[in-house]
Amino acid sequence: MKRRSLLAAGAAALALATGGGFADGHEKTKVGFIYVGPIGDGGWTYQHDQGRLAVEAEYGDKVETIFQESVPEGADAERAITQMALQGADIIFTTSFGYMDQTNSVAAKFPDVKFEHATGFKREHPNVATYDARFYEGRAVIGTIAGHMTETNKIGYIASFPIPEVIQGINAAYLHAAKVNPDVEMVVTWVYTWFDPAKEADAARAMIGQGVDVIMQHTDSTAPQAAALEANNEGGRVFTFGQASDMASFAPAPRIASIIDDWSPYYIKRVGQVIAGTWEQGASWGGMPEGEVVIGEITEVVPAEVKAEAEAMIAAITDGTYHPFTGPINKQDGTPWLAEGEVADDGTLAGMSFYVEGITGEIPN
Amino acid sequence: MDLSAISPTLLIAALMVAATPIILAAIGELIVEKAGVLNLGVEGMMITGAICGFAIAVESGSPLLGFIAAAVGGAVLSLLFGVLTQYFLSNQVATGLGLTLFGLGLSALMGQGYIGIRPPTTSKVDIPVLSEIPVLGPILFNQDLVVYFALLLVVATWAVLKFSRAGLILRAVGENHDAAHALGYKVVRVRLMAIMFGGACAGLGGAYLSLARVPQWTEGMTAGAGWIALAIVVFGAWRPFRVLLGAYLFGGVTVLQLNLQAAGANIPVEYLSMSPYLITIAVLVIMSSGKAKAALNAPACLGRQFHASS
Repeated sequence: MKRRSLLAAGAAALALATGGGFADGHEKTKVGFIYVGPIGDGGWTYQHDQGRLAVEAEYGDKVETIFQESVPEGADAERAITQMALQGADIIFTTSFGYMDQTNSVAAKFPDVKFEHATGFKREHPNVATYDARFYEGRAVIGTIAGHMTETNKIGYIASFPIPEVIQGINAAYLHAAKVNPDVEMVVTWVYTWFDPAKEADAARAMIGQGVDVIMQHTDSTAPQAAALEANNEGGRVFTFGQASDMASFAPAPRIASIIDDWSPYYIKRVGQVIAGTWEQGASWGGMPEGEVVIGEITEVVPAEVKAEAEAMIAAITDGTYHPFTGPINKQDGTPWLAEGEVADDGTLAGMSFYVEGITGEIPN
Repeated sequence: MDLSAISPTLLIAALMVAATPIILAAIGELIVEKAGVLNLGVEGMMITGAICGFAIAVESGSPLLGFIAAAVGGAVLSLLFGVLTQYFLSNQVATGLGLTLFGLGLSALMGQGYIGIRPPTTSKVDIPVLSEIPVLGPILFNQDLVVYFALLLVVATWAVLKFSRAGLILRAVGENHDAAHALGYKVVRVRLMAIMFGGACAGLGGAYLSLARVPQWTEGMTAGAGWIALAIVVFGAWRPFRVLLGAYLFGGVTVLQLNLQAAGANIPVEYLSMSPYLITIAVLVIMSSGKAKAALNAPACLGRQFHASS
C-alpha cells in the first residue's frame, strides 16, 4: 500500500510539474522539423535545415528547435510526427510531399499544435497550413540556359515522383528550352526516390550514355553531378544544375547554375507568428519575389549573352512582369491550355498532371 | 522509342559496376550465415565502410588505402556485433538491427567534414590490347580492380566452402554447433572470424559506392543496398554463384530499366521501377524451389545462440 501511494504521489507531482510547465506557456517556443533525408544530403533537406538554423539565429533563446532526419514517407511518418508533438513542439514543419496525410491525421489529435506541411495541398484542420516554393520559376531560367548549352539537343531530367511539383518543373524547363532551341528533346527518367545517390548516378549515366548532354535533377543528392564530372573527365561534355542547394563544389563545370531553395524567410516569419500568437492557417507559395527561390551563380562556362538572357528572365520574374506559364501553351495531346497572353492560375498549377505539347512519353500514375 | 540508343556493351559494363557493392556485401553475409549467425547489420557496416574508405582515401590520396580502411572499419564494427552476440549472447536480430542504426548514425558523424569533397579517382584497369576488343573489351578488360576482386571473391568463397577443411569446419559450426563443439572446434572463435569477414566485405561494398560508383560521400548513401544483399543471400539459397547471379540480375535490371526509360520505351514506368525486385526474387525463388531445396540449404543453426554449457 505504502509503495503504491508513493507512486501515486510521484505521478501527481510529475503531473503538477508538467502542468506547471505548460501553465506559464513554455519558457521557449519549441519548433520541430521532420526531414525526409539526412541533413547532410547537400540538397533538399540541407536547405530546410539551414532554415531551421536561421530560425535559431533570429530568435535565439526564445526558441528551441528539434528535428528528426530520414523519416520515411508513409505510415512511419505518423509515428515520428506524433512523437514530436508529444515532446511538446508548438509548431512542426513536415518537409516532404509524402507526409501529407500523416500531417493532417496527427494534426487532428493535437489541435493546439501548429502544423506546416511543405509542398502539399491538404489542410483538413484549422491547425494545418501548407507552404511551397515556385521552383518552376527557377526551372524556367535553367531551362533557358539548358536550351542554349545543349549540342545533342537532348536534355535529361531525373524525376522523382509524378506529383504536380515535379511535373511543373519538367514543363517549365521544357517550354523555355524549346523557346530558345526548338529542336530540343526532353528525356525524363523516373527514379521513384528523393534520395538514393547510387540510383541517381545510374540514371545520370544511362542518360549520358544515350547522348544527353545537359542534366537536370529533381532528386536531392549530388550524385548526378559526380556522374557528369566523371563523364567529363573521360572526355565528355555534360552540364548539370545544382538542385535545392547550390552544389557549388561542382562549379564551374559540370554545374553551371543552380536553383537554391531558401526557406529561411518563411520559417522565420511563421515561427515569429507562433511566438506572437498570431499564427493562422494559410497556403503560402512564394517564389523569386519573396526570395524563396534563388538562382545560384551562373558560371563562366555559360556564354555571356546566355547569362544575360537568364538574368533578364530572373529580373522579370522577380518584379512580376513575366510568368513562366504564359500562353499560348497547348497540352501534350494538342488541346489548348492557355490562350495567347493568358497566365496559368495557381489552382491548375498546384494540381498539374499533364505534360505540355512537345514532350514525349507519359506521366506515370 | 529508340532502343538502338542503348548500347549493350555499355549496359553490361554498367551492370557489373552496379552489382559489385551488392556482391561484396552479400558474399560476406553468406559466410556469416553459413557459420550460423544472422547479422542484420549489413547496411550499417556498409555505410561505415563507405565513410571510412572515403575519409582515408581523401586524406591519403590513395583509393587502395581507402578500400583497406573500409574493410577494417566494417570488420571493427562487426566485431561489436560479434562480441555482443557471441560472448554476451544478445539476441542476434535485435543486435543486428541495432548495428544498422548505429552504423548509420556513426557514419553521419564521421562524415561531417567530408560532404561535397571529391575523392581521388579509382583508376580503371586498362589492359592495353585486350580492352580494344570491340564488345568484350569494355566489359571484361576495362573495369576497376574491385569489380574483378568481387568476382574472384565469389569463386574463392565457393571453392573454400566446397573443397577446403576450413570451409567444412565453417559449415559444421553453422549446421550443428553442439556437434562441432563436441568435436573440439572453437565455435565462438569460428563465428567471430566469419562475422569479421562479413563486416570487412560489407565495408568494401560500401567503399565501392562512395569511392567508385557514386563517387562522393553523402549521408545515408547506401540507401538500402545492405538489405538487398541480405535478401539475395536468402533467395540465392546460400550458394555463392546464385548470389552472384542475383546481384547481377538486380544490378542489371536496375540499369536496364533506367536505360529503357531514357530511350523512351513504351512500358509503364511503374512496372519498370519494380522490375529489379520482382525479377530478381522470381528467378531466384524458382531456381531454389522444388524438393524444398531452399529450406534444406539454410544452415540449421542460423540465428541460434551457442554457449558451451548448453
